[in-house]
Amino acid sequence: MSDTHTDEVKKHVKVYVNVFLALMVLTVVTVAVSYLDLSIPAAIGLALIVATIKSSLVAGFFMHLIHEKQAIIATLILTVVFFLVLIFVPLFTETDKVTY
Amino acid sequence: MEIPYTVSPRQDTGLHNAKLGIWLFLASEVMLFGALFSSYILLRVGATEWPQGSDILSVPLATFNTVVLITSSITMVMSWAALQMNDFKKYRLYMGATFAAGVIFLIVKTIEYSDKFSHGLFPSNNTFLAIYFCLTGLHGLHVIGGMIVNGYFLGPGSKMWKTEPERFANRIEVAGLYWHFVDLVWIFLFPILYLL
Repeated sequence: MSDTHTDEVKKHVKVYVNVFLALMVLTVVTVAVSYLDLSIPAAIGLALIVATIKSSLVAGFFMHLIHEKQAIIATLILTVVFFLVLIFVPLFTETDKVTY
Repeated sequence: MEIPYTVSPRQDTGLHNAKLGIWLFLASEVMLFGALFSSYILLRVGATEWPQGSDILSVPLATFNTVVLITSSITMVMSWAALQMNDFKKYRLYMGATFAAGVIFLIVKTIEYSDKFSHGLFPSNNTFLAIYFCLTGLHGLHVIGGMIVNGYFLGPGSKMWKTEPERFANRIEVAGLYWHFVDLVWIFLFPILYLL
């Protein structure tokens, strides 16, 4: 393979290492935050925000999503929509509460 | 019959087929885990009491396993990058490290499980343990599945590098996409089960 290709891959490798370091730091943050005496909604909110940032880093850089073809992005947008539907299904229980 | 578009991209998608294939599979995986996450929310919101995960589970072991999985993600992507740089030796090294990380993860998981069992903690004890064993068990099966694939590409499957290097590199990329997804699921499982 050509030299320019190799140079490009080397640039990618640098990005991978930086992403890895960021993931490590965020793992420490996740654990550290859990030792703070936060209220449950704040703790859940913060933990989910950090987890979302971490997973975006993995998906964006390790899985190359930031420069991926439209066919994949379109598939994933559809997946996200249906995932959100699934996650919010439990809300329907709120509309049908048993009263005593 | 030869499988079409293993190396050259299809004109309509701009992708080689395996890549679109693995993303469609991962989309279905999102729905599988999504359904279980949704069940977790429903069970937790409906429960009159819910234990603090860290009272029952080992946060240090899980933190260690998080580090192991994240490390295996970077070694996985490095093994692909090594192939892009035509360095098969480095590929072997990184892929071997990825496989070893999978082994370490499973050993730690086994220690955790047997510790729970020896203390009489089973899925049947309560809803928290039921969803804990269900989610981590399913995730563990995914780790095993990924290791079977990675092990194949480390051993007998790596012969393809000599005959069809580009196709082999694409296979590693696809195996990597799956492996990163398994890491990604753990990134959510860890805080949800152990810390909250």
